[in-house]
Amino acid sequence: MDLIRFPEMSRGNLRAMRQTVDGAFRDFTRAWGDTLEAIFAPLQSLLTFIENLLIRSPWIAVLAVLAAGIWLVSRSWKIALGSVLALLVVGYFGMWEDTMRTIAMVAVCTLIAVVLGIPVGILMAQSNRMNAMVTPILDMMQTMPSFVYLIPVVMIFGLGKVPGLIAVVIYAIPPVIRLTNLGIRQVAPDVLEAAEAFGSSSWQKLRDVQLPLALPTIMAGINQTIMMSLAMVVVASMIGVRGLGQPVLQAINQQYFTMGVMNGLAIVAIAIIMDRTTQAYGKRLQKHTEAGK
Amino acid sequence: MNKAGTHDIEIRDLYKIFGPEAGQHVEAVKAGLTKAELNDRHNHVLGLQDINLTIPHGRITVIMGLSGSGKSTLIRHINGLIQPTAGQVLYDGMDVVTMTPTQLRDFRRQKTAMVFQKFALLPHRTVLRNVAYGLDIRGMAEAEERARHWIDRVGLQGYEDYYPRQLSGGMQQRVGLARALANDAEILLMDEAFSALDPLIRMDMQSILLELQQELRKTIIFITHDLDEALRLGDKIAILRDGAMEQVGNGQEIVLRPANAYIAEFVREVNRGRIIEARTIATPATQGRELPDFTVKARSKLDLVARRMTKAGMSEAQVRDGEVLVGTIDLPAILEAMVNPADAASDD
Ligand SMILES: Nc1ncnc2c1ncn2[C@@H]1O[C@H](COP(=O)(O)OP(=O)(O)O)[C@@H](O)[C@H]1O
Ligand SMILES: [Mg+2]
Repeated sequence: MDLIRFPEMSRGNLRAMRQTVDGAFRDFTRAWGDTLEAIFAPLQSLLTFIENLLIRSPWIAVLAVLAAGIWLVSRSWKIALGSVLALLVVGYFGMWEDTMRTIAMVAVCTLIAVVLGIPVGILMAQSNRMNAMVTPILDMMQTMPSFVYLIPVVMIFGLGKVPGLIAVVIYAIPPVIRLTNLGIRQVAPDVLEAAEAFGSSSWQKLRDVQLPLALPTIMAGINQTIMMSLAMVVVASMIGVRGLGQPVLQAINQQYFTMGVMNGLAIVAIAIIMDRTTQAYGKRLQKHTEAGK
Repeated sequence: MNKAGTHDIEIRDLYKIFGPEAGQHVEAVKAGLTKAELNDRHNHVLGLQDINLTIPHGRITVIMGLSGSGKSTLIRHINGLIQPTAGQVLYDGMDVVTMTPTQLRDFRRQKTAMVFQKFALLPHRTVLRNVAYGLDIRGMAEAEERARHWIDRVGLQGYEDYYPRQLSGGMQQRVGLARALANDAEILLMDEAFSALDPLIRMDMQSILLELQQELRKTIIFITHDLDEALRLGDKIAILRDGAMEQVGNGQEIVLRPANAYIAEFVREVNRGRIIEARTIATPATQGRELPDFTVKARSKLDLVARRMTKAGMSEAQVRDGEVLVGTIDLPAILEAMVNPADAASDD
């Protein structure tokens, strides 16, 4: 027996298997592609709407609204002022429009991740079986190279915003789910027992006790999700999402060093703004929730 | 706006075994399998065994025992936080054990309120919102007004907008007490409610509770591992050991007639003069003999009686319950009653 060569499946069988799976998937795409596109169309409209709002409004108004929003969330003049300065510099170097597109994309991705991720996290916290089922899926989502799941997404949706959104959300949603689960599981059992003893329903327990006490942890998850969606902008630009990722991609292909660095730094600037803002908000939430004494 | 307790709680033949196959071992336990044996042979924990207890309405019933004796387990059966392996918890014609989830929720909302050892306040809510919590759950419109009333009653006016972690332990437990009282339930469950507090603050809280109870007459189940607290608060005292009820009675009965050596050891250090009442050791007045011309009240404790008599220079007194003559009492008898019989015996 030959111990050097691995006893692999025959070439012919392997090819047949790949062709069967690919064929089946292609059939699925033909049959359901339009339906799926219709389902995701509202997301595309939402993203386009936010993009247009940011790009077509007077820049000074956009800047003012962003600054006000950042201050409201962080309650920190330092962060708000720093953000304004960073955005002014980014705009001065000709990256205003791309920056706005990237902000719009991160906002929509985060929104989707939160809307889907928090309920999944809640279900995981409430059932150990659900927890055991979802955890490996999350592990897979975070370790599978994103190019692999881009293939079916692109096959179904072609190039454009929606496949970009889907790819980013798949990559960035795990932290929200994990930390929602963790936050709820960490709620002190005696507080939960008190809620029970006073006759709370499960929904009341969730609304009045578990979610508020888990909120700082959930915020940490949202913060990570935002950072991860920003990390995906270059990958997303490969399948047609416009924004700061595209010039970076172009710079790689054509070896424009300065262009790459500038756009890269703009991404970093957005990352820092969003990170500081959400962290400040998380700290503010935490002020009272640390258990008494 | 306060509901006094109107019905006794009857705990009948209650058994609680912790473990996955609890139901299979209950017969063996009834037949005499001990806690240690159950643990060694079947790896199940015997939480409670053969508990029968009447908790009288409008009174404070204290459940006492060392740590791990099953006190918390027992009190949680009354509001259904723990399901027994066998037995009944009867209240006003209902059995808490067999209630549906909805019935149980309504029972908890309307009939019971609980105070916890570690306060268990909601850290993200202010004092006001914490006290209103039980009422919020029931969707009560006047929640805030009632919460303010009870915040005043426990002496926390001015602290409505503080968060729990800004308050000392004693103040936090006042919030816990106000939260329970605001619920306006007949049954008040207090699981080592004062155990986490410093001695002075604990005495304070005991006074507040006694004072409120004078007026409210709730059915209170109070858990403690501290005999002095039990004797001070309890109209009725039940002593648990390893999940079994060792003795039930009032303070005097337990101090004067401990049911077994374990309890005798428990009550050894008690200041008996503060527990025993004059009427307990009064002897019937002898016919025809002249009554001493000093009077003490039948329910006065011996230490007070002794102090009054020595101050007045009297060695004998008549004991009266209102107008009724109970008997007479003299200083030697008082002193004898105040000395622990076990100590007296060892000095012979
Ligand atoms: N959920 C549980 N699972 C297993 N054993 C338990 C559980 N809850 C309590 N016990 C055991 O039951 C006994 C009584 O506990 P508990 O009622 O908390 O005592 P206490 O309140 O008097 O200190 C202890 O031996 C404890 O270890
Ligand atoms: Mg306990």
